[in-house]
Amino acid sequence: MIHHLILRVVAKLLIPYILLFGLYVQFHGDFGPGGGFQAGVIFASAFVLYALIYGVEKARQVIPDAVLRVGIGLGVLIYGGTGVVSLLLGANYLDYSPLAHDAPHGQHIGIFAVELGVGITVASVMATIFFQFAGRSERDEED
Amino acid sequence: MAWLGLYNYWIVVFLMMAGLYIVIARENLIKKLVGLNVFQASVFILYITVGKVDGGTAPIIAEGIEVYSNPLPHVLILTAIVVGVATTALGLALVVRINEAYGTIEDDELEERERET
Amino acid sequence: MILPHLPALQVVVPLLAAPLCVVLRRTAVAYGLAFLASWAAFAISVLLLLQVLDSPGGVISYELGGWAPPWGIEYRIDPLNAYVMLIVAAIGAVVITYAGPSVAREIAEPQRYLFYTSYLLCLSGLLGVTVTGDAFNVFVFLEISSLSSYILISVGATPKALTAAYRYLIFGTIGATFYLIGVGLLYQMTGTLNMADLAQRVPPLAGNRTILVAFAFIAVGVGMKAALFPLHIWLPNAYAYAPSVVSAFLAATATKVAVYVLIRVYLTIFGAEFSIAGMGIGYVFMPFAIAAMFVGSAVAIFQPDVKRMLAYSSVAQIGYIVLGFGIATALGVTAGILHLFNHALMKGSMFLALGCVFYRTGAVTIESMHGLAGRMPWTTAAFVGGGLGIIGVPLTAGFISKWYLVTAALERGWWWLAALILLSSLLAIVYVWRVVEAAYFRPAPAGAPAGEAPFPMLVATWALVAANVYFGLDTRLSVGVAERAAAALMGGGP
Repeated sequence: MIHHLILRVVAKLLIPYILLFGLYVQFHGDFGPGGGFQAGVIFASAFVLYALIYGVEKARQVIPDAVLRVGIGLGVLIYGGTGVVSLLLGANYLDYSPLAHDAPHGQHIGIFAVELGVGITVASVMATIFFQFAGRSERDEED
Repeated sequence: MAWLGLYNYWIVVFLMMAGLYIVIARENLIKKLVGLNVFQASVFILYITVGKVDGGTAPIIAEGIEVYSNPLPHVLILTAIVVGVATTALGLALVVRINEAYGTIEDDELEERERET
Repeated sequence: MILPHLPALQVVVPLLAAPLCVVLRRTAVAYGLAFLASWAAFAISVLLLLQVLDSPGGVISYELGGWAPPWGIEYRIDPLNAYVMLIVAAIGAVVITYAGPSVAREIAEPQRYLFYTSYLLCLSGLLGVTVTGDAFNVFVFLEISSLSSYILISVGATPKALTAAYRYLIFGTIGATFYLIGVGLLYQMTGTLNMADLAQRVPPLAGNRTILVAFAFIAVGVGMKAALFPLHIWLPNAYAYAPSVVSAFLAATATKVAVYVLIRVYLTIFGAEFSIAGMGIGYVFMPFAIAAMFVGSAVAIFQPDVKRMLAYSSVAQIGYIVLGFGIATALGVTAGILHLFNHALMKGSMFLALGCVFYRTGAVTIESMHGLAGRMPWTTAAFVGGGLGIIGVPLTAGFISKWYLVTAALERGWWWLAALILLSSLLAIVYVWRVVEAAYFRPAPAGAPAGEAPFPMLVATWALVAANVYFGLDTRLSVGVAERAAAALMGGGP
């Protein structure tokens, strides 16, 4: 692996910034272009880069399949759960207005929670798709 | 040159026909999926170009801007792209499994093998 | 407090049960969740139907997220939605009751929780299509149900299930994308995606070329999803090689929902007047429907695999449903909607009975069914019960819908069409008889496995057979709602 030295160093430098950028796109989605879909894909791309350089097995140690599986479900549950909360507060499904003391704040909180759910699910799904395909070919080579 | 005025439709129709042709004419299952993606992408472009308003900027509220492009098609297509990604991933996963089961991903060879069993 | 939110809960309950299955992972938990969610969906659909029938305008509207239509997504339920929703949810509930032992037999343990997840997603997608009043939302839900049904089909026992799922994926995606193009063109012309709003804005634009193109794209796209002849070639393999539970579920629901979309788009969005009088949509669909009736039934006669035979029979039955739509009178549309309901019951019970046969014998060819009546009397009787409905024997639900079809044809003075309907029913007698002959009049091979399928499977199968007979005798619900739905759809039409 020694001849991948440059790649490894560059990746080590890049990955934190990719993750950070993912978070920026996620949480700045209120004010500028962005949102859960894009952020999730960017976030997952950091893990994909890691896997490309350090190998899928190592990447799977960093982020185990069980975590990804829970992430996939959890994101959808956060999204749907937000709607259920607004139902319980007496509004229509996914109406964010009653989530806070006034409607604009409620909208803020609601869209934040929903986008967070989207981000978690998209990141987990993207990483899972990559690991499943990449993991399969590595296993084939070992056979 | 009125027929060139709506050049986006020419691009859309070209991509649409090219994609559909690939899906129909190619035997290789992965190429079929690529064609399917091209076909879907043409529809995405159709929607997005329709959303453009002449002189409009990106639909982010800012001072001093009166005309915005229509953001709705973008949102719709974001959803459609996600559906497309899911379809492609699922299609490729099926192709991997087909390859493991039959040892080929050529449609005509697959049909031959299915007839044998 | 909960009653006004039923339209949203109808989709949300199965949709949220699905990720819970993924997180919790245990097979027993996943099955429990799927069971509860399916029965909850059925209960909700019954309540919704009652609400719709009671409400003065016959329409329930639900603003998702509190955004008023036409800007927000509206869930809009009228008698037609509620009717299709009821049959989808009912089949879902019956199938999940049946599923336990059958899935345990056919799906490997590590995949079972994912199987139930896909099933729940498929159910919520199908229910979503029926509940929504937004044209783009239909596309999204259609794809949720289609993507999960590709998965459900691909876990079938043989590798052929994989290729069947792949071909279905290609066809289904092209169909959905065609629908998307059509909706995009409508949006381009009207600036709205809400169906009720579209219904106001599209008819005045009738004759506009963009609208005409949208009309055609949607016809082809939804025709593919509905497996309308000659766009049906994905269907036989997909149903033949899918696990038994999936065949029963999809055969009874998936194509029906696509036909529902067809009816909804042409009779609500474009409007009866434009679609039928202006575009002659009835004459467009009728030849294909008649061809489907004959080709489907004729090919079914020659299938050695009974599951495949039923799949081809489904192609024929979709022909009858679309034929009712093609007759294009209030009575014709009533007959089509009625047959949609009844066929789901009949074909569901037949596929479930076959699942019982597969559970015990491991095969569903005609040969493997020799002497089955002695070995599995209840299962065989259930299969025959469904078969009688498919033929259209009096006292079964199938007779009622065929009766209405024939009446609708005669009402328009098309005696030749009535003759064709009866003639194609004769073909159904032939293919059902092949199974009856094998099961009752051939000796069982020595050492053939005997004994009934587990109790839940038999109960679920017989529940559908009983419904088949019940709706053959008491047509107040099935015909009554279908008539109201058709009257609402054809209001402004001829």
